Amino acid sequence: MAKSAAQGALARLITDGEAEILADWLRTFATGETRISEQEAKAQGKDLLHALGKAVADGNVADIGSPDYDEVRDLLTGFSRSRALQGFSPSETATFVFSLKQPLFERIRSTADVKTAADQLWAMSSLLDQLGMFTVEAFQKTRDELIMRQREEIEELSTPVVKLWEGIVALPLIGTLDSGRTQVVMQNLLETIVQTGAEIAILDITGVPTVDTLVAQHLLKTVSAARLMGADCIISGIRPQIAQTIVQLGVQLNVVSKATLADALALALKRTGRTVEKVNKSGRSDGALAAEMRG
Amino acid sequence: MATTTETLAIVSGDDVVRVRQKVRVRATEAGLSLVDQTKLITAASELARNTLDYGKGGHADIMTVNDTARRGVRIVFRDQGPGIPDVALALTDGFTSGNGLGHGLGGARRLVDDFDIQTAVGQGTTVTIARWRK
Amino acid sequence: MDSIPILKIGSALLVTIQVDMHDQLATQLQEDLTTRIVEHHARGVLIDISALEIVDSFIGRMLANIASVSRLLDADTVVVGMRPEVAITLVELGLGLPGVKTALNAERGLALIGGVARDEAAAGDGDDD
Repeated sequence: MAKSAAQGALARLITDGEAEILADWLRTFATGETRISEQEAKAQGKDLLHALGKAVADGNVADIGSPDYDEVRDLLTGFSRSRALQGFSPSETATFVFSLKQPLFERIRSTADVKTAADQLWAMSSLLDQLGMFTVEAFQKTRDELIMRQREEIEELSTPVVKLWEGIVALPLIGTLDSGRTQVVMQNLLETIVQTGAEIAILDITGVPTVDTLVAQHLLKTVSAARLMGADCIISGIRPQIAQTIVQLGVQLNVVSKATLADALALALKRTGRTVEKVNKSGRSDGALAAEMRG
Repeated sequence: MATTTETLAIVSGDDVVRVRQKVRVRATEAGLSLVDQTKLITAASELARNTLDYGKGGHADIMTVNDTARRGVRIVFRDQGPGIPDVALALTDGFTSGNGLGHGLGGARRLVDDFDIQTAVGQGTTVTIARWRK
Repeated sequence: MDSIPILKIGSALLVTIQVDMHDQLATQLQEDLTTRIVEHHARGVLIDISALEIVDSFIGRMLANIASVSRLLDADTVVVGMRPEVAITLVELGLGLPGVKTALNAERGLALIGGVARDEAAAGDGDDD
């Protein structure tokens, strides 16, 4: 690609005046409200200006997507990323790039004749606009990723599957069950069933605020999926109001349900061939003691 | 990246298996999760069988979509068969004019993110499905 | 033509599905199993689908049919080893396979069939073979 003379002049303008432009830039930037230390701004500004000088010399100023701008884009991405993670606003982040306009424009004005200056101003203005937009986009992308990751973490956190006994797992559900969460819950439960070889899964809904038709459907889907894999489900913790709602809605919960998690565990133990016995102080079970007394 | 399309003919039971295999390859490439892959392949299996049994054979266009907004797999099933007189009825669970459990169309719709059906009596049926990476 | 092997273990038949089945093969299996249940007086049928990456409505129907037919012939069918993603998909598809017994793996499945056979034997008049 043929580089125009104007572009070469522009590149020289940046490269030759790097130190001065940087100083002016930081001064302009520092007048605005900022939380970035002078040192940090200086280091970032220097790198960016240097990379920009090279990119303008080699690449097309109208296309910051070209490989010549790789370094510039990398620097801006890294910088937007760290700003986003530190909780800066998008405008605070973009201001850094936009405040480069003034020192650059001044330099153009003082070095070129009127006609060249107009062309250079236009080229530089559109270049900085592109870079500013790129910064905002990179910022937004980081924020989106952050939100997504937090959402996933919350989903993971809110659906632990706990092993209660050999072959018995429990899933204490807390919060509203929408279809997205049901998906995560179901997957967690089924994977735990495979890992632990559980025969019985207890779904405790004490922490579920409301059960409407949709939530009931989600619960039933989870129960059916567990059954397909060979594990039985018991639902526990149905509060009185929720029991009434379920009946009023006419939802058929064809699943074994118990009032409390403790009752469900007792049933699960019984089904897997175990009993719970109270032990007296001497460490023997009441049953054993009774047998001894009889004997 | 532009979308790349691969067209498979569906004229025998083996072709239904082939559609499943191709869709699995595409779904893996597109980075769909294991559950999403399984749902998409199952939906494709249902629709490919519909194309074979009710549409009297046809084609499947499998494409990877990868643009700035989303990434995923889209599949178009086309046949020149008799068409479906009542689409709403055909999408109801339990409805079947062939030999499935009657979960073909309605079930496939629940397994995908996008579902579109174009059909007219005597003019064949085109069903488009897609599943996107979350 | 290909067919899926059916093994006999005690009074049970064991089928391990390891291929991406086309519809004909599924239909063939259903017929073969019916014949073998009668031939061997099998009390149970164990179908291991742990290698199956998908189960669509056709295969789902095959499993349900095998269960219904074997019940008529006095044998229990247990489907074992369904993968989590397959279970999730089947439920979403609306196929809960209500008439089919399930177990986590082949060992549990055999115990289930054996347990039923023992219970019945115990209930009989001292007929404890």
